[in-house]
Amino acid sequence: MKKLSQLKVGERATIASFEEDAVPVKLLELGCLPGNQIVLHSIAPLKDPICVELEGSQIAIRRETAVRIFVETV
Amino acid sequence: MSSNSLKVALVGNPNTGKTSVFNALTGLRQKVGNYPGITVEKKTGRCSLNESTTADIIDLPGTYSLNTTSLDESVVVEILLNKKNTDHPEVIVVVAEVENLKRNLLLFTQIKDLKIPTLLVINMADRMAKKGIEIDVETLEKELNTKVILISTRSELGIDELKTQLVNHQELNTDTCTDITAIDQVYFEQLKSIFSSFDPYKLWLLITQDVNFMPIEKNPPLQKEDLTSTKTKAELKKLQHKETVLRYKFINAAISKAYIKNRLKADGWEGHLDRVLTNKFLGFIIFGAILLTIFQVIFDFSSIPMDAIDELFAGLAQVVQNSLPAGVFADLLSDGLIAGIGGVVIFIPQIAFLSFFIALLEESGYMSRVVFMVDRLMRPFGLSGKSIVPLMTGTACAIPAVMATRNIENWKDRLITILVVPFTTCSARLPVYLIIISLVIPNERFLGLGLQPLVLTLLYFLGFAMALLAAAVLNGVLKIPKTDFFMVEMPPLRRPQFKNVGITVYEKTKSFLTEAGRLILALSVIIWFLGSNGIGKDFKNAEQIVTSKVEASKMNWTKEAVEQEISNYKLEHSFIGYMGKAIEPMVKPMGLDWKIGIALITSFAAREVFVGTLATIYSVDEEDQQTIREKMDSERTSSGLKRFNLASGIAILLFYAFAMQCMSTLAIVKKETNSWKWPMLQFGAMTLIAYICAVGSYQLIIPYI
Repeated sequence: MKKLSQLKVGERATIASFEEDAVPVKLLELGCLPGNQIVLHSIAPLKDPICVELEGSQIAIRRETAVRIFVETV
Repeated sequence: MSSNSLKVALVGNPNTGKTSVFNALTGLRQKVGNYPGITVEKKTGRCSLNESTTADIIDLPGTYSLNTTSLDESVVVEILLNKKNTDHPEVIVVVAEVENLKRNLLLFTQIKDLKIPTLLVINMADRMAKKGIEIDVETLEKELNTKVILISTRSELGIDELKTQLVNHQELNTDTCTDITAIDQVYFEQLKSIFSSFDPYKLWLLITQDVNFMPIEKNPPLQKEDLTSTKTKAELKKLQHKETVLRYKFINAAISKAYIKNRLKADGWEGHLDRVLTNKFLGFIIFGAILLTIFQVIFDFSSIPMDAIDELFAGLAQVVQNSLPAGVFADLLSDGLIAGIGGVVIFIPQIAFLSFFIALLEESGYMSRVVFMVDRLMRPFGLSGKSIVPLMTGTACAIPAVMATRNIENWKDRLITILVVPFTTCSARLPVYLIIISLVIPNERFLGLGLQPLVLTLLYFLGFAMALLAAAVLNGVLKIPKTDFFMVEMPPLRRPQFKNVGITVYEKTKSFLTEAGRLILALSVIIWFLGSNGIGKDFKNAEQIVTSKVEASKMNWTKEAVEQEISNYKLEHSFIGYMGKAIEPMVKPMGLDWKIGIALITSFAAREVFVGTLATIYSVDEEDQQTIREKMDSERTSSGLKRFNLASGIAILLFYAFAMQCMSTLAIVKKETNSWKWPMLQFGAMTLIAYICAVGSYQLIIPYI
């Protein structure tokens, strides 16, 4: 199991779990739910934030959130 | 008429082109304002559906879900839940978009569960073939239990069908998509025994209203008659999590039968362009180039229409002066009102150009790339990437910059940005900087660079640094609850729709004219009145006094020189003149006298007035820059020192760099924050900082002169 922040650009993974209070409902609603696929789409020039692909849309989040989401690479 | 008017609300995720649908339905028959008491923008418009029916359409703020996390979203919930709200709709149109249909449907299922007749519109249908997407509308309608309409605002596809469906809204059913009680049956049984008359989902929304969000500036949306919940916030959050899973289960089932996406076709030119735009090196270079272009246009191109407007109003004032009998009324009309209106209209080119570019960047999806790139840079100052555009545009003019903060959803971030924007060096400071620099900074070279341009550049950096510093301080001082969560959707890059851009420019300019314009006009008339009226013999008999002085001097005065001497004498003895003298003790520690005191006061109308006022005071023709400069250079203090020396010059520069001397900015800040508290605080704090810096620098430098 890895942290979402540890993925390489272009790498695909399945969301395993996350720290409940770290991830706001809004991100869940955008599809950040255990079992869903997630791809690290790109990283900002200054290494933070990162952009992930969820359910076909691209969403930028900060690293401080990404380190609290755990993924399983396939 | 009103019996045939249907209340329709447009609801949808951000970036679904909801506003395009709104524009397609209403055209220019729109009204943009604020919701009462808060700063969320409210857009309403009218649309005739057929010969006998019109619809009053409200474009609700974009939201991802009814579980509110921001002020914008709580407005949506308030309107949809509260039947007594005047904007409560009879029909809801949920706007979704082909590529993100699944995610958009989350909001749809929530809306449908409110039991209000709901239509689903799937926008951007023109992109389906290119993206390899197929939608089986009939199956989707059956699964979602509603009417589904494919729309493209680019090709106007589906708009007529939407209108027909709105007329036939009685056919829509009000069945729910999901059963909310499934997430915790025991809990909902309990609730039902207490609030038997309430619908379980509406009750759930009421209870969870402030789980993720602290209402900042408004009262709780509904009177909660003691909804003492037996659940803690953490438990409620967990239940919201369960609700989301439940809804996605329903959506996945519906979508799997009606929506096919061929992955192979997914990446196109947008993907390549995106990688270039956010590239480590190229990204910043491109952003820099775009900013430079925007400045260039706002700075240079606007000056052409601005000069024209300036001349037009000066000419108009002249016509009035010439055609009306001389007197107070003619003066009020020409120097007060016409000049005041001119002072408002003059901002239109800058505002129009800037809102054009911002709308273009927004529409194309580039703006969120910029936010993505610079977020890390802004964070040490308590801001996010979203503040970059207003701060940058503040270098042209603070007024459009304050308007540009509307893109920042987080209220605390937005307020801080509004408060610090006026520190950035706007173009109105330039004339002041130029004349003072030419007076006090030696025209020499330093390390091969001209000293004068170097100081000017330094002033630009100083403004920006002060803005960031003030942001960091405000971030620590302001006790506004803030959900410290950053999330930006990066919509696919798209070709902008010029109709939308045009409507945005029109609306922004109109709202500036009607709302901030009135205040600016009122303030200019007040300043005009203070400058052209006075009490006492000196003011009333200015002409005689000056004429007799001229005769006594026995010198040959030209007619113009006498007139200038009179206006100088009048200004000196007007209300503003006395105010200038009254503040002399305060500007003395900056090395200035009452004459510059007057200029500081009139600068409040607009900083560029500084030069003009000095011209009147020193009795020279305003057009003649060289003479003003010479006059200023020859002014001496009582101790024989040059009035404008390095110490007092730096003091003036620092004062103009930091002081809030722009009533138009104060007016727009009042409008955007909906209270006088913030502009007053801004005025007080900035003036204080400016004063301390000016006095400090003068006292530091003067011993060495």
